[in-house]
Amino acid sequence: MARIVVVTSGKGGVGKTTTSAAFGAGLARAGYRTVVVDFDVGLRNLDLIMGCERRVVYDFVNVINGEANLNQALIRDKRVEGLEILPASQTRDKDALTFEGVEAVLSALAETHDYVVCDSPAGIERGAHLAMYFADDALVVTNPEVSSVRDSDRVLGLLSSKTRRAEQGDEPVKEHLVVTRYAASRVGKGEMLSMEDICEILSIDLLGVVPESTAVLNASNAGVPVIMEEKTDAGQAYDDLVARYLGEEREHRFLTEKKGLFGRLFKG
Amino acid sequence: MAVSQTSGAAFELKGRMATLTVLRLLSADPGLVFIQLDARLAQAPGFFDGMPLVLAPGQDVSLDAAMLETLVAGLRDRGLLPVAVADVSEDVASVAGLGVLRNLGGSRSEASGQAARGRSEKPAAEPRAHENGAARLVTQPVRSGQQVYARGGDLVVSAPVSAGAELMADGHIHVYGTLRGRALAGVQGDVNARIFCQSLEAELVAVAGHYRLSEQIDAGLRGAPAMIRLRGDELEIDAL
Repeated sequence: MARIVVVTSGKGGVGKTTTSAAFGAGLARAGYRTVVVDFDVGLRNLDLIMGCERRVVYDFVNVINGEANLNQALIRDKRVEGLEILPASQTRDKDALTFEGVEAVLSALAETHDYVVCDSPAGIERGAHLAMYFADDALVVTNPEVSSVRDSDRVLGLLSSKTRRAEQGDEPVKEHLVVTRYAASRVGKGEMLSMEDICEILSIDLLGVVPESTAVLNASNAGVPVIMEEKTDAGQAYDDLVARYLGEEREHRFLTEKKGLFGRLFKG
Repeated sequence: MAVSQTSGAAFELKGRMATLTVLRLLSADPGLVFIQLDARLAQAPGFFDGMPLVLAPGQDVSLDAAMLETLVAGLRDRGLLPVAVADVSEDVASVAGLGVLRNLGGSRSEASGQAARGRSEKPAAEPRAHENGAARLVTQPVRSGQQVYARGGDLVVSAPVSAGAELMADGHIHVYGTLRGRALAGVQGDVNARIFCQSLEAELVAVAGHYRLSEQIDAGLRGAPAMIRLRGDELEIDAL
């Protein structure tokens, strides 16, 4: 039986899909059979970030409606063994997701995989609710600014009340904080919230900090999960994040400002 | 469960305060009531149409089922809408298909025209001390958008309360964590209710309806342990 992991945030544009792609690829690289499911029906993006947009024939909604079976819709990643994608439909909207349909698809995927990663749409409405409802774990993606933190706080409230685990009184959804687009230099100037502030406000465990990086945009443009760009800071941050999720102890590397040449010379 | 997921909640139950017009019967003779009522209605044609009414017998007047039925029918004929009775037994009320309001007592003396009683009269919404129910304990963080109400007692939160969250209690509120959201103690009117918190960063604090916004809280008190109480009509915030 797979663990179902939702990647969610409330706010849009904070890096949910980038994180879903990197996290899924990282789990698969570690040897786990992993599927990443795009819940953003109508605003399909995951296939672009994962570089498989030209191979989409059937999608999540087709499977829910019985127009295709799961194997027809799943796209196997060509670079990482054991990684698959279930793309969203671009021509439909979130109402096309039914509770029973999502439940059936997720439980079928859970039979044949070790991890099911659900890439949630922004917002707290139907699509986001269904993406989190069946989750065992949650990665809450937050940027170091007040509106993103408040939206994440709201989502954490929903995770503890509007999920299957909460409604059935099981052990609560395990919540992990992922801070993306973190720029240590701007935190130093007081333009961004610091890690301490974010952790204090949200009071959940920090899984990883991904620095603001040009590598993320470059990887998205190239259709490569950024975790596979191993020389980049963002790639390494996601690699640490996956290792920590799998139980390894790793230090947080990107909390302090990287010093430039002059900074190093003069020990700033 | 599945049904609630596909269609969403179909209803909510909410307690609301509302003003209702009470028709106090000072005579047991429906005929007399109707004659005087018609005169009153004629002064303001249309004004009373569809008005929900509570029927209450005045002192020394007792209503029986037959009288109540006659009254209800007559009132409906005149466009009024009797919805409930007060101080009448359920058996009698059910004959006329009306509900029974039990807690109308406070306004009774007011409406019976005994002005001589003056200040000793109780106001309609009587502030009352909470009835020391069991305290409600919350150990998880209270997140933005969540609302916790401790009915009839105190609220104890042993975790942070986020901005955009709302705590309410009939009694005191204790927050053993940072209070960033709203906290309303004594919401039923208990002026002795207090708010205690380990770190005051609240958006709003209120005791028995007297509130203060974050920008009205002295900056020197923010971020520190504090106690909030009502002194007369003024909220007082003290560092602990």
